[in-house]
Amino acid sequence: MKSYPITIKPFGERAVLIEWPNKVEESILADILDFMDAFKQRKIQGWEMSVAYNSLTMVYNEDHLDFEEVKKLILDCYAEQVSPAIKRKRHLWTIPVCYDLEFGIDIEEVSKTLGLSIEELIHQHTSHQYVVYGIGFLPGFMYLGGLPTSLEIPRRAEPRLAVAKGSVGLAAKQTGIYPQDSPGGWNIIGNCPVTLFDPNAKEPCFVKVGDKIQFEKISKAEYELHKIEGEVGIYKPEKVALDA
Amino acid sequence: MLKVLKSGFFVTIQDLGRFGYRDIGVPISGAMDVLSVKKANLLLENDPNAAAMEITMTGPTLQFDEPTYICLSGAHISATLNNQPIENYHVVKVDKGDILSYGRLDDGFRGYLAIKGGFQTDVVLGSRSQFVPVTKKKRLKDGDEVKYGKMLSYSPIISEVKIEEHFHKNYLEVYKGPEFSILSDAQLTEIFTKTFTVSKENNRMAYQLSETIAGHSHSMLTSGTLPGTVQFTPAGKLIVLMKDGQTTGGYPRVLQLSEDSICTLAQKKSGDKLTFKLV
Repeated sequence: MKSYPITIKPFGERAVLIEWPNKVEESILADILDFMDAFKQRKIQGWEMSVAYNSLTMVYNEDHLDFEEVKKLILDCYAEQVSPAIKRKRHLWTIPVCYDLEFGIDIEEVSKTLGLSIEELIHQHTSHQYVVYGIGFLPGFMYLGGLPTSLEIPRRAEPRLAVAKGSVGLAAKQTGIYPQDSPGGWNIIGNCPVTLFDPNAKEPCFVKVGDKIQFEKISKAEYELHKIEGEVGIYKPEKVALDA
Repeated sequence: MLKVLKSGFFVTIQDLGRFGYRDIGVPISGAMDVLSVKKANLLLENDPNAAAMEITMTGPTLQFDEPTYICLSGAHISATLNNQPIENYHVVKVDKGDILSYGRLDDGFRGYLAIKGGFQTDVVLGSRSQFVPVTKKKRLKDGDEVKYGKMLSYSPIISEVKIEEHFHKNYLEVYKGPEFSILSDAQLTEIFTKTFTVSKENNRMAYQLSETIAGHSHSMLTSGTLPGTVQFTPAGKLIVLMKDGQTTGGYPRVLQLSEDSICTLAQKKSGDKLTFKLV
């Protein structure tokens, strides 16, 4: 039995938007992922689906769609039980971050604003597991939920024109990693040597929505090593399976 | 190879786009004005997804090193082949050494150069469309060489057509977006009666409109966006996402352009005037 009231809205000529209750919750995300598995099980060609927090955007690439027909299909799939065999596997990834001042260009300021020592700030940032609630904005950019309130800090007043690839930032209720060089207004506290988006890899983005991330503090030397290992393709962050 | 002697303002290779990767944040990309590029590929009897050159505002100077056939469409940028004017929607034979160059922009904003068989650049994640960081290069530069197949002779079924350009409309057809209902009566009146001007901030990612309407304080969780999504900022600015636009966003999505209207907007430039028309 499904417990959430869902809303299905047309979104232009080829897409629909499905919305779950307006909250950031792991159980809602799990329900969205179950729905996606049920839909994928039908093997209907031409659909693309992308999750962000409490919503799922479904785009049909083949043709303009008949909203009423699609709505019925979605409700049918939503009512279906998903067999454990087809459920997607979820993982907890350990993602290394170097918090040295060279990378964490705002870490001193952030530590002052939050009233935490740099050591305590790093400890808090690395001792939580963050849920991947969506991937978007930039290729490979993860929307992470679960930041402790003690690390909530407003966005910078003036965004930077260029934030370096791998930069790890804090902004309001979010923490995240810039997968490419990009303009950005987050407070930068470190840098991650792992490539999060590689268009030439078999899986361009190894993290999936529903996975969890835990950061691990590394030294500058380890950072350089992982960077080189990554370039020659022999480094992959550690993962463990999460049993849903 | 087609040699880029001079690259022009912003020239890229585009096909119909990159599908299947929006779940990892990769935009669709592809030709901004799909209607124009499809017409040129149709006349060349190409696959509709054949890669063409998208030429924004000012044209490049290009030299062919193998014989083939080309067809231009979209914006009229006073194109000449060896100094002889050529028109849109004519299949034109080119020979080794021929030089295609462009002049004044007369109509529209994005021209297309389609070639028999399509440009043979690398396919990355299922598409040849240029978009960094998926492709290494953002656009074509002076001295670049673009691969194409040689075609000695071919007789087109139709070698030329007269087409009334589809982009002369000064209105955009829109559907209600997911957050349409947050618009007050006053905002609705403004949005559908005001004439909006394309601002200087317009590119393949988004078109910002200069005029604002009364703002809002609606906050929402980040959610999916599409090409043609009209985002409404708290300050009352309207931003229309285009083909390289981000796949998610946090601003209310009040309107959604029809696909044909995305093509219309793709041919508008800074200073052009538009209205919204609900379908």
